[in-house]
Amino acid sequence: MSIDWAALGQVFGVTLVVTVGIVGLFTVGIVGTSRKPQREGEAAVATAPGAGARAGAVAAFAMCAAAVAYGIYLIVAA
Amino acid sequence: MEHITLLIGIVIVTALVFDFTNGFHDTANAMATTISTGALRPKTAVAMSAALNLVGAFLSVEVAKTISGGIIDEGAGIRPEVIFAGLVGAIIWNLLTWLAGLPSSSSHALFGGLIGATLVSVGTNGVHGEAVVMKVLIPAVAAPIVAGLASMAATRLTYRLTRNRDEADTAKGYRAGQIASAALVSLAHGTNDAQKTMGVITLALITGGVVAPHADPPMWVIASAGLAIALGTYLGGWRIIRTMGKGITDIQPPQGFAAQTGAAATILASSHLGFALSTTQVCSGSVMGSGLGRKGGVVRWSTAGRMVAAWGLTLPAAGAVAAGAAFLAGQGDWGVAAVAILALGICGAIWAASRRKPIDHTNVNDGPAAEPVGVVTAALRTVSPPPAGQPVRVSDGPEAVDAADTATPAPRAKAATVTR
Repeated sequence: MSIDWAALGQVFGVTLVVTVGIVGLFTVGIVGTSRKPQREGEAAVATAPGAGARAGAVAAFAMCAAAVAYGIYLIVAA
Repeated sequence: MEHITLLIGIVIVTALVFDFTNGFHDTANAMATTISTGALRPKTAVAMSAALNLVGAFLSVEVAKTISGGIIDEGAGIRPEVIFAGLVGAIIWNLLTWLAGLPSSSSHALFGGLIGATLVSVGTNGVHGEAVVMKVLIPAVAAPIVAGLASMAATRLTYRLTRNRDEADTAKGYRAGQIASAALVSLAHGTNDAQKTMGVITLALITGGVVAPHADPPMWVIASAGLAIALGTYLGGWRIIRTMGKGITDIQPPQGFAAQTGAAATILASSHLGFALSTTQVCSGSVMGSGLGRKGGVVRWSTAGRMVAAWGLTLPAAGAVAAGAAFLAGQGDWGVAAVAILALGICGAIWAASRRKPIDHTNVNDGPAAEPVGVVTAALRTVSPPPAGQPVRVSDGPEAVDAADTATPAPRAKAATVTR
């Protein structure tokens, strides 16, 4: 009886990094494209996301799409 | 396909029935959170999952050469009766857990059934004990922990990053992301689980001498297995979907996205790195993790406890049913007929019982019927600290209950308004 701790640890590490990474990236994208909630006394212009935030968001979403494509590749190649 | 005997015909039909139950048992894995957050309408979600399962069945040419991954010794005199008995055990356990609305692993049911049937008709030397521990027990314990921790961390992170954003605005994005992760889970499921049935049918064909040993499954086997799992997925195990999407915890779009992404990452990482984890346990674990990751999120431990109990029972229970079936089927042709009739009767009874309180796409998102306060929940309530700034009074029984009750419905009411 030998448990393959190395493989298990590897799976755990990869899963944690990939999950947090993708969810983090996606959240960056969402933050970049979403409005801030309107606060009283604040100008409406300030709530729209800027061009820089928008570009960052697009890049983040693109990386998520690449991760999904890699996932499909893994399934097909398996 | 020349002279397929009646027995092999029965095995093939039984394998397809198992494939069908596998499909509707596991729809919840990919689609439960997608449905409960309103990312997709229930019917759309199951249709998409079914299509991807069908595609997945055709994707991989690397067919499961051994149906059981070395758990049973397939050379040690496995006859079609044994496979038949194993399948009957797996089908009956799948239907029972579906009736109870509990997500349990279809693969474990299949393994358990095959192990039970092999033990009875071949003996202990037909089963590799170490492989059982390595391929079933350890993955079963590790899967929910790995997926749960990953989803919990991801949920924490996403709530932290979006804390000063408009929630209704971000929800749209999360729902879109969820669809992509759910699609990956469905596709991976189709490749893995439809292959298992193909392996079973091919093994039956090989034992009957219809196809040569080590042959790839014929096209009609691939097509019928893919169709069976897709049909099962499309009909949807709504009972299990309700448990996963609403029963374990109340899921908001960010949590659904984190849970689904965690599940997809765990499944792909584990199957790619050669330490396969059970899809069902991965998905349930990640749902629990996302429930723990949100501030104010509540995991209903009594539901989770019943689910974990079902996981523990799956292997022995399916094995016991299959052992009985193998004993009966070993008596000869009348035994096989008796097993078939008994199995049909039990399946019919379970279906009839399910009609008394039907759950389908129309009511899948209703909250769980007021669950009696379980021991664990009650214990958690008593030990959880009172809200900050409130003096602890010994005699405030009703008030403490009020506080605990009002904490729960708030997020659920919000979920109800954003659900289409």
